[in-house]
Amino acid sequence: MRAQYLDRMDIERERGITIKSQAVRLPFTADDGGTFVLNLIDTPGHVDFTYEVSRSLAACEGAVLLVDAAQGIEAQTLANLYLALENDLAIIPVLNKIDLPAAQPEKYAAELSRIIGCEPDDVLRVSAKTGVGVHELLEKIVRDIPAPVGAADAPARAMIFDSVYDTYRGVITYIRVIDGHISTRERIQMMSTGAIHELLEVGVISPEAVPAKGLGVGEVGYLITGVKDVRQSRVGDTITSERKGATEALGGYRDPKPMVYSGLYPIDGSDYPELRDALDKLKLNDAALAYEPETSVALGFGFRCGFLGLLHLEIVRERLEREFDLDLISTQPNVVYRVFSDDGEEIIVTNPSEFPTQKVAKILEPIVKSTIITPSEFVGTVMELCQQRRGVMLGMDYLSEDRVEMRYTLPLAEIVFDFFDQLKSRTRGYASLDYDVTGEQEADLVKVDILLHGEPVDAFSAIVHKDKAMAYGVMMTAKLKELIPRQQFEVPIQAAIGSRVITRETIRAMRKDVLAKCYGGDISRKRKLLEKQKEGKKRMKMVGRVEVPQEAFIAALSTSDAPKK
Amino acid sequence: MPDRRPFGLYVHVPFCSSRCGYCDFNTYTAGELGGSVHRDTFHEVLATEVRFAAESMGDARREVDTVFVGGGTPTLLGSHGLNAVLEAIRGEFGLAPGAEITTEANPDSVDERMLAELRAGGFTRISFGMQSTSTAVLRILDRTHTPGASLEAARSAATAGFEHVNLDLIYGTPGESDDDLRRSVADAVEAGVDHVSAYALIVEDRTPLARRVRRGEIPAPDDDEMADRYVIVDDLLTDAGMAWYEVSNWARPGGECRHNLGYWAGDGWWGIGPGAHSHLGGVRWWNVKHPSTYAGLLAEGRSPEAEREELTAEQRNMERVMLGLRLSGGLPLDAVSDDAASRVPDLVARGLLDPEGVERGRLALTLRGRLLADAVIRDLVP
Repeated sequence: MRAQYLDRMDIERERGITIKSQAVRLPFTADDGGTFVLNLIDTPGHVDFTYEVSRSLAACEGAVLLVDAAQGIEAQTLANLYLALENDLAIIPVLNKIDLPAAQPEKYAAELSRIIGCEPDDVLRVSAKTGVGVHELLEKIVRDIPAPVGAADAPARAMIFDSVYDTYRGVITYIRVIDGHISTRERIQMMSTGAIHELLEVGVISPEAVPAKGLGVGEVGYLITGVKDVRQSRVGDTITSERKGATEALGGYRDPKPMVYSGLYPIDGSDYPELRDALDKLKLNDAALAYEPETSVALGFGFRCGFLGLLHLEIVRERLEREFDLDLISTQPNVVYRVFSDDGEEIIVTNPSEFPTQKVAKILEPIVKSTIITPSEFVGTVMELCQQRRGVMLGMDYLSEDRVEMRYTLPLAEIVFDFFDQLKSRTRGYASLDYDVTGEQEADLVKVDILLHGEPVDAFSAIVHKDKAMAYGVMMTAKLKELIPRQQFEVPIQAAIGSRVITRETIRAMRKDVLAKCYGGDISRKRKLLEKQKEGKKRMKMVGRVEVPQEAFIAALSTSDAPKK
Repeated sequence: MPDRRPFGLYVHVPFCSSRCGYCDFNTYTAGELGGSVHRDTFHEVLATEVRFAAESMGDARREVDTVFVGGGTPTLLGSHGLNAVLEAIRGEFGLAPGAEITTEANPDSVDERMLAELRAGGFTRISFGMQSTSTAVLRILDRTHTPGASLEAARSAATAGFEHVNLDLIYGTPGESDDDLRRSVADAVEAGVDHVSAYALIVEDRTPLARRVRRGEIPAPDDDEMADRYVIVDDLLTDAGMAWYEVSNWARPGGECRHNLGYWAGDGWWGIGPGAHSHLGGVRWWNVKHPSTYAGLLAEGRSPEAEREELTAEQRNMERVMLGLRLSGGLPLDAVSDDAASRVPDLVARGLLDPEGVERGRLALTLRGRLLADAVIRDLVP
């Protein structure tokens, strides 16, 4: 059996994260001779996938809170703990990896007991690697977590907590039967859409897929209907039988809604069709991924893509690069703004290009409630970062003598602009972050355009707070000045809000571009150089009359740091 | 029909008494050379290739219009060696009436007697590597001659009866001031030469100079400063009655180097010597670089050629634009494609091409255009 059994994607294994939920059925005989069937779901922890976590939790009676004994609880785990508590689940606190030399089980047991309100002795100590404590954990699960209750005779109702596209088998839908019974050779209905599907296979995961005749009340398993797109089998939806089906769906379903938008462009323009095909394929397995074609002066043809959050963006990009062998560049992520014109018209802005040019009455930006857990020595620097990012402090608690939980309201736009990297670098990697979009606030935002020789460069436009417009303009113009080669004429680089220029840099005109010596022995070499330059010129992007190497745009987008001289 | 375009021979002498820090030429000091090759007898090896060339050309063999002996430091062969090579050329090919016979020379390595012997041997033109008359600049460049040596050598050459004398200048050496350059140009003019070549200092990779720049010991030349220096050179030489005829070359009327003009006009020539390049009948080839490999091949009766390329029609067009545009006469408008011709008005508007030339059907660079010649060439090549 392989290590990290349930995290199957390469990205999951490398990063040590869970992106897709996995379910597994485990038969267990307790010390007292009782036999049990445990249905376990391994869930993602990251904020981008909170909805999936909430559906998994809704499919369960209890939760095992697994915390690293060497690190203590992280912000996102804490958030998921609160989610489980809201769902009235029985919680079993566990410290894992106690075999590690750096493990501090005493300290973190105390911390967990304080958060949950139990005794430190109630926190189990386990090493999944060596097996220590695992049996005790299973004993505790069957003792403390109630068996599923549900109406076996009622019309079938099953909750979809995950849905995965498989090239050979189509969509595999993971369900928890809440009421009734789902059996093969019947037709099922998706309650949100009314769509009817033939059932090709029903089964359980133990730990590989094993077909079964059906799934009864309380059981967790999978079904295959032959649909080819996870959008037809959505997480959170309720499945019932076509005949004598339920009339009322289980609660809590919602459509996945992109929170962050970014342009994805192939570095080699001729890869555009491959990128389109790759997105079409990924979409089969990712109900939250949204995209539509977009054209940029600077970057050519690409797609405007919507994501659940930054990790989702990063994962999609990485999978596109890795699984489809594409080289991509992504534009600065953008949140969703609601802009109201003077006459009350509402415009949804997911891209700076959609920002209205005329005067606006009001702009609403999404805000998040964030939780940051950090060693107490970094409280000051974290506060400073949050203040810079327009944060409002909601509260602060000591989890233990040297670990602090800080709560802030922050604009989502500030979080997507390298907040996490900043937080990590200011806390030597120790702080963790979780956030949840909680609403909107009115904000004084402007669109800053970057103009090259008077021509706006779409990829660098940004919607920023009025107080930060200057800083953004100064950073981008300075960076582009470093990256864009001198032209035969002087090129102003300006940052502007509407028609008002707020800062300017100038690329001086190139005055000398000639090889001094070109005699008999230089001719072949010089001609080859010229042939190479001609090729390079084809890859130049024209912004008005300015020739910009694609690499310059890529470099300008790749890092938010000021250029190093 | 016999080819009536000028035909030249280039002869490469791969020796120097010491290596200058900025130089990346195919040249060797005695210490670097080692092995079987000796300066004293190298003229015999060169003469072997002259015979080989004449045989290879067969019926296409014809009288030579220009000979150019470069290096390295050709004068290290002595007047005896240089005259012997020329004698071989005369014997195998014959010299056309009024042929231009040039040798490069280090101001250090000639005296009146040697100049007189070279003149008597048939040399008509001599080119000295003067570089600068600033002591500080010469030191940065590792040049061994004193500031006055080149001027004196140039005067002696005129006295010895050379028809044409050239001085090479390098501008933009780190530490050189505008005034240092003005003085050097004025000194060259004063010496009475009819030709000046002036080159922006290029920090070539893998030279000691490049290493010193990389280590931050001396600043890298600045392109804007180079442009200013070029304008200084052009102003002073024009005032002195010389005219630019190629981006880096100025001459009094009739003082243009005919051999070099052949390179830019796309004429044919045979390059004799290690690493020498040749161009004949739409083919470019070049010899093996190291003198002992070169000598070894010839001793076995084999060609010293290292590599060759047969030029496609597109490459020939490209070279024609690339080389022709460097000349003051420029190119005929029909030498470029229709697509390129459509960019001409813009190049004129940007002050890079001479509007009067365009009216006469010629594409010729302005002063500003000369400084941006490579950019103009990129706009006009197919």
